Amino acid sequence: MKKFYQILILMSISSVTLADGNVMPMKVPEKVKSECASCHMVYAPAFLPKDSWMRIMSGLEKHYGTDASIDPQSIKEISQWLNQNAGTYKRVSSAPPNDRIAESTWFIKKHRKISDSTWKSSKVKSKANCMACHTSADKGSYDDDEVRIPK
Amino acid sequence: MTLMVKIWLILSAAFFVIPAWAIDSLALEKQYAAEAKQSPLASRGEKFFMSKQGKEWSCASCHGVPPTKEGKHATTDKSISPLAPAFNSKRFTDETKVNKWFKRNCNDVLSRECSSLEKADVMAYLNSLK
Repeated sequence: MKKFYQILILMSISSVTLADGNVMPMKVPEKVKSECASCHMVYAPAFLPKDSWMRIMSGLEKHYGTDASIDPQSIKEISQWLNQNAGTYKRVSSAPPNDRIAESTWFIKKHRKISDSTWKSSKVKSKANCMACHTSADKGSYDDDEVRIPK
Repeated sequence: MTLMVKIWLILSAAFFVIPAWAIDSLALEKQYAAEAKQSPLASRGEKFFMSKQGKEWSCASCHGVPPTKEGKHATTDKSISPLAPAFNSKRFTDETKVNKWFKRNCNDVLSRECSSLEKADVMAYLNSLK
């Protein structure tokens, strides 16, 4: 019986660590929600590699044009979570330019048919606003069926 | 010390300590005004809130005009809960949060920290919105 539990635990651990791609980790810590999702949605940590996240977390006072500084304890906790859940699959094997998800090769390819006027629409505003079209992006779902491009 | 006295001391300590942490928007206005050694002016706060100060954003760019309803982040479009305390009871109740956001947002709007008078004026403006 003990062995059975050991296997069960091992299985659950590996399913967590192997989970990758767009999927949002099952549990998003409250700290991450409160500190990262004030100005934008929580981006799935798997969208960027570890080294991108670490650079982002060490330069929050200059965060893509805004001051997003937080207290040292929060930096520590959030960095740990990002480190554990950062992308490890091929697509994110190297850091994109400026550590921007939207400058990743896969992102550009996936959005190649989106016109400039859509990006500039007042309902979209910026590439940071995934939710403008991907209606379930905050849940980590980017399924094509859930895409609604605002007119 | 009798047990009753001990209990009374613990209870009274608890009741006196908690209010020291709890803040509100009126107390903040007073506190900043005292630091600035000047009387705050809601009209000056309103003007400050609405104006760009050499950079791309004003306070109103994200918090809206007047900040009594949900605002939208100027870049990401993420909704921001109402800022005026009469329209959002959670606002200005946590000093750590207040300090964090004044530091960040003043830096984004002014490229520097806000002065005590600027903060007092903004608080007077926000407190005047009913």
